[in-house]
Amino acid sequence: MVTATKKKMVQWDPADVKAELIKKYPPKVARKRAKQIMINEALENETPEITANVRTTPGIITMRGCTYAGCKGVIMGPTRDIVNLVHGPIGCSFYAWLTRRNQTDAGPDGDNFINYCFSTDMQEQDIIFGGEKKLAAAVQEIYDLMHPKSIAIFATCPVGLIGDDIHTVAKNMKDKLGDCNVYAFSCEGYKGVSQSAGHHIANNQVFRHIVGENDTPTEGEFKINLLGEYNIGGDGFEIDRIFKKCGITNIATFSGNSTYDQFATAHQADLNAVMCHRSINYVADMLETKFGIPWIKVNFIGANATAKSLRKIAAYFEDQALIDRVEAVIKEEMPEVETAVADIRSRTEGKTAMLFVGGSRAHHYQELFKEVGMKIISAGYEFAHRDDYEGRQVLPNLKVDADSRNIEEIEVEADATRFKPRKTPVQLVALEDAGVKFKHYDGLAPDMEEGTLIIDDLNQYEAEKLVEIMKPDIFCAGIKEKFSIMKLGVPMKQLHSYDSGGPYAGFQGAINFYHEIDRLTSSKVWTYLKAPWQESPELTAAYVWE
Amino acid sequence: MLLRHTRKEIGERKAVSINPAKTCQPIGAMYAALGIHGCLPHSHGSQGCCAYHRSALTRHYKEPISAATSSFTEGASVFGGQANLLQGINNIFSVYEPDVIAVHTTCLSETIGDDLPQIRKKAQTEGKIPEGKYVIGASTPSYVGSHVTGFSNMVKSMIEFSEKTGRKNGKINIIPGWVEPCDMEEIKRMAKLTGVETIMFPDTSGVLNAPMTGEYKMFPDGGTTIAELKSTGDSTGTLALGEWCSADAARVLDKKCKVPCRVLDMPFGLKATDRFVDAMRTIAGVSVSDELAVERGQLVDMITDMHQYFYKKKVAIAGDPDQVIAMVEFLVSIDMCPVHVVTGTPGKKFEKRIKEITKDKGFEVNVKARGDLFLLHQWIQNEPVDLLICNTYGKYIARDEDIPFLRWGFPILDRQGHQYFPTVGYKGGLRLLEKILGLLLDRKDRDDPEESFELVL
Repeated sequence: MVTATKKKMVQWDPADVKAELIKKYPPKVARKRAKQIMINEALENETPEITANVRTTPGIITMRGCTYAGCKGVIMGPTRDIVNLVHGPIGCSFYAWLTRRNQTDAGPDGDNFINYCFSTDMQEQDIIFGGEKKLAAAVQEIYDLMHPKSIAIFATCPVGLIGDDIHTVAKNMKDKLGDCNVYAFSCEGYKGVSQSAGHHIANNQVFRHIVGENDTPTEGEFKINLLGEYNIGGDGFEIDRIFKKCGITNIATFSGNSTYDQFATAHQADLNAVMCHRSINYVADMLETKFGIPWIKVNFIGANATAKSLRKIAAYFEDQALIDRVEAVIKEEMPEVETAVADIRSRTEGKTAMLFVGGSRAHHYQELFKEVGMKIISAGYEFAHRDDYEGRQVLPNLKVDADSRNIEEIEVEADATRFKPRKTPVQLVALEDAGVKFKHYDGLAPDMEEGTLIIDDLNQYEAEKLVEIMKPDIFCAGIKEKFSIMKLGVPMKQLHSYDSGGPYAGFQGAINFYHEIDRLTSSKVWTYLKAPWQESPELTAAYVWE
Repeated sequence: MLLRHTRKEIGERKAVSINPAKTCQPIGAMYAALGIHGCLPHSHGSQGCCAYHRSALTRHYKEPISAATSSFTEGASVFGGQANLLQGINNIFSVYEPDVIAVHTTCLSETIGDDLPQIRKKAQTEGKIPEGKYVIGASTPSYVGSHVTGFSNMVKSMIEFSEKTGRKNGKINIIPGWVEPCDMEEIKRMAKLTGVETIMFPDTSGVLNAPMTGEYKMFPDGGTTIAELKSTGDSTGTLALGEWCSADAARVLDKKCKVPCRVLDMPFGLKATDRFVDAMRTIAGVSVSDELAVERGQLVDMITDMHQYFYKKKVAIAGDPDQVIAMVEFLVSIDMCPVHVVTGTPGKKFEKRIKEITKDKGFEVNVKARGDLFLLHQWIQNEPVDLLICNTYGKYIARDEDIPFLRWGFPILDRQGHQYFPTVGYKGGLRLLEKILGLLLDRKDRDDPEESFELVL
């Protein structure tokens, strides 16, 4: 794209861009948005503060979804042998039906409910007279039809308003059925300010009702849990392939391609590796407090990031055979990656990207772009909190507002019999000194260049303005943003659902992604937007038929 | 097996709906509102509803779907959403400058009892609605009806614009119902060929199949204009296509402005299209053009040429009532046997109509309104079919049971073309037939033993 590259050379002062983004807003909205748009200083500990995890402004076309979407869609959606029953009118269940591309295979037990959509399909009379009886009957009907080992119940907006006691229904049905664990999630869409609240509600209940339920010893060496990986487009499969090759045992992924028993035995792992910090960091904390499992932040998006994360895991276990094995795997996998980069980099070097997704992906994917020599000129999250931008050191300073206070924090104590520190304090200090940082995440800001724009809860208007002004070579966001960006003539890559692509995690995934970026940024299709007669509309002479 | 837990034995289910054949009202209201030129749909509720509806519509139409939300949090849910909507209206007119905001409600705002007309009045008094701009509204709680009734409700609310000046405009109103933008275009083309001047509402053609030009227009050139909507009260008559999607609006207009209306089936297939063209002709007092007669003849030609491949083939079909009724009639008219018929949208008339259409045709029909795809799948397991017609979600059944599969209806998430190639009218009938034939003949080619694998079919 020669023309775009030329246009991009115009240097924009980030302060001017920011001013342009908020110029048209009513004063109150402009003031609020100004605090959510940060010009990055990329200086450690001196990064200016960004406002995040605050309410979306009514009327402003946001990229965000709701608490239910975070709970049912993101966290519980990828579980294959748990029946997810949505208590509410039909829509909520319908929209979360197979739309997140969570891949799975029915295991040896043959259970796979991912392709099904279960709803109590509440009608007006259920809203008026209450839906508890219908909910209990629905649980019974599912049990009679399919005999799942577990049924999860999700509340939608009206359920919270009419006061259906879903937790009591769940408990009663669990007692009645005997061999089916039934529990409920108060994840009404209006709670909190974004999907983030839903992740929290989901994780809390998984921790409360499933984790640690199964003490049958798990087999394997170097046991870990992978937290915050949802197996979109088969990412989890690729990461598992690499683990297996390295000899690392993944007890449970929360929650990509997951099963009830994986959650139930997760307390037996010796390390928790956290991918998506936003959606699940508190589960890592709880697992540490209750069972003594330390956690580290990893990133398997990007080949270098994958190698680095594998080395971190190997270093933690302090086992030379594992360390050697990991090095051997990296050595084996990297040549193919390097060949791909060498081919592609000549076309992608210096091109620019913008990333606005999720609450970690906009950070993770920067690795992949950097590997092919691209620059990230603006990025931000849909539903992050300040620590995702600025690092966990800001956690003690976070103000808890009314919306966050409504989201339950569960108090966890060391398990009386099963708490077992995996490392001695001396070992932990030694590992920290050797570079394995525990409970640590620096956030997005330090990894972005000075003068780049970090924007929380980007909206359609600002997205369009950003693209018009800064003309990135690629824009990454979700399905709602996809076509308005493309209409502007800019390639758009979905980083929630991957546009039916993937996997993009791990080594093979990185190669897939490089090819995808090459395709998107080098394609000729973007040059067809104007017809020849539109390029030079002035008629200087007319041909005359002789 | 993708749906490995679905079993042949059909037990009674009273409480759980599995694999629904419908979704909720607001998405229909959002789609209808996009058919007004310069209109921004607004979802009065939690932002998740709006996000889901925008995502689903985007995935189906492959076009930007702009819509705003009141972004309720817990506070608004307790104290009411008035403040959110007022603020929303103000922000929308300041930032996006639409001509109209079309507000629809959600379960949340309906359950807490927000009074849309009252909030709108307040917005008006407080000067939040600029001169010459409009806010319309529809009540669309998700625990009533389905996406189809939501569509109908928003179309009905458009009648608010209708004015009767007493000066006839000589036009016919056409309410096309929830069809693809290209279908709306095709209906307009047929009207033009018949020599009838029309006002179509809603009209998503040009809005949801807009060209790629390197320029993003939040409000594309298409859509019914406010001037046209106002003028509907002066029209000669209204043709409402589809009892579920369009009839209410037509009747309200009749009542309000004395514009006589006729409710017809959606013009899918031969007979329904015949009735549509005939109705246009008689209302406008014109003769049908030869061009349309030729198109009709071509459809009949293909039906007769290929009849052997349709004859007695069993079909399972799920979709929205107006579409399914017309499609079932089409299938029956070409001697196919739609043996399993499901819609998720409630309505007593549906089962009655399907039974009437299939009466005395030599096969028994399983039909259910308020049905779901789980039940449809069970029916298919008990009595296999040669063809499945359904939205994209049918592909799981089609693969498990190895059935040729025609994607038709809403939503289609995994194929292209539905937004560009109409399936209404005679031309659309040809396309439907071509697709059905292609599927059946591909199957025959796949399954025929080598010795009877033939070049000419």
